[in-house]
Amino acid sequence: MITNFFEGIGAYSVLMTKVFRKPDRWKVFYRSTIKEIQLLGIDSIGIVVILSVFMGAIVTIQTAFQLSDDPLIPTYYIAMATRESITLEFSPTVVSLILAGKVGSNIASSLGTMRVSEQIDALEVMGVNSANFLILPKIVAQLFFNPLLILMSMFLGLWGGAMAGDMLGLIAFQESISGYQLEFIVFENVIYGLIKSVVYAFIIGSVSAYSGYTVKGGAVEVGIASTNAVVRSCLAIILSNYVLTDLLLN
Amino acid sequence: MIQVKGIHKSFGENHVLKGVDVDFRRGETNLIIGRSGSGKTVFLKTILGLHQQDQGQIIYDGEVLSEMSKQRSKKLRQEIGMLFQGGALFDSMTVAQNIRFPLEMFSDMTKHEMDERVKFVMNRVRLEGADSKFPSEISGGMQKRVSIARAISMSPKYLFCDEPNSGLDPETAIVIDQLIHEITHEFDMTTIVNTHDMNSVLEIGDHVIFMKEGYKVWEGNSSEVLKSTNQDVEEYVFKSKLFQQVRKALR
Repeated sequence: MITNFFEGIGAYSVLMTKVFRKPDRWKVFYRSTIKEIQLLGIDSIGIVVILSVFMGAIVTIQTAFQLSDDPLIPTYYIAMATRESITLEFSPTVVSLILAGKVGSNIASSLGTMRVSEQIDALEVMGVNSANFLILPKIVAQLFFNPLLILMSMFLGLWGGAMAGDMLGLIAFQESISGYQLEFIVFENVIYGLIKSVVYAFIIGSVSAYSGYTVKGGAVEVGIASTNAVVRSCLAIILSNYVLTDLLLN
Repeated sequence: MIQVKGIHKSFGENHVLKGVDVDFRRGETNLIIGRSGSGKTVFLKTILGLHQQDQGQIIYDGEVLSEMSKQRSKKLRQEIGMLFQGGALFDSMTVAQNIRFPLEMFSDMTKHEMDERVKFVMNRVRLEGADSKFPSEISGGMQKRVSIARAISMSPKYLFCDEPNSGLDPETAIVIDQLIHEITHEFDMTTIVNTHDMNSVLEIGDHVIFMKEGYKVWEGNSSEVLKSTNQDVEEYVFKSKLFQQVRKALR
């Protein structure tokens, strides 16, 4: 198992050296990237909207429940705590984990299907660097769009929290907004999350692509690769979250 | 012309190719036949450079494949057309986009020139009117024709076909065979076809080699194959009742 792990790391590194080369045709690369942004990014907006609004609402309710017992704590602290939870962890990490499921399985299954149906061999025979042609646009699309999705998620999470707090009578909408603005530091609350989102975007794109690109066999193996892509991406996100949190906060 | 000299290839303990020598001539349809597991596909992929041989040389018109520079090797790839067993069409692209793809990647043609070229090859393989369809929307025979059109769009010097008739009805299979044969002569290509289909052998086999257990055991042409006294070839060719009848008639 340990040997397999290190062999996998080696194969992944070799694949990445093939991916990060100059594209054969910039025009084709640009077109593929736009297509991937549509497929992997824009098509994920719906799930990110729903997830973020409800995540913000739940965090507000939970925080209010914990803090409401003590009359000495001002209610805007509910909003402050919600902001910290949403911007530091929930939006970057939880949304990325969900996207690892949606986008990661999509990447792995599409590349795996191309592998078993000899489409990747066809590219190689033509002289196309298939790894670069197929994987680089996906990684670039992820790197470009994931931070935008995370920014959107932060905003919607906070909005959802304020709305839920107001509707349930836990904290007034205006008071939530004031709480969100209190001691707001752009680096700590936004840049920190965006740095994480860029790292997660690379993990989702590259790890899932590796799982799909290296498939051998048929339909069953494509399914296994798709599952592996999600599991590996999620594990890598959690591990890198630990490292990044330590690096960025300390 | 493609010359193969003393090719050996193993995968671990499995010695698949055991010293194959053969010359594939330009302007001829060269067929590789043999039972499943005889090493045909590995042989084809080794000639293509998708597998690295352990011993021996592959020579494309005087240039040794393993000694080519990276740039030359990449250039050579653009001189090769390949027809895969399953078609290997890009399913996210339409028929016209599939055929246009190699042109966009490697040629310096203008948009208009590419359109003209796509139109020409589509007419050549009789695919008129299918340009905006996706591979999933067309029949197996049409997919093979699209694959041929894509393979010849860059005017290749070498054409490789892996089981071009698999999954096709006999009538469509003959159409595909004839198309391969016609374009081989028309564009003066070196064509190598990997097949199980004896009809193909008789229909288009300008040059036929029979492989068994990693060796080339027989070489000839389509008319000689029926008269061969090689026991392995006889067993392979005359296995079916139809060909047993043919043999009776010949004798």
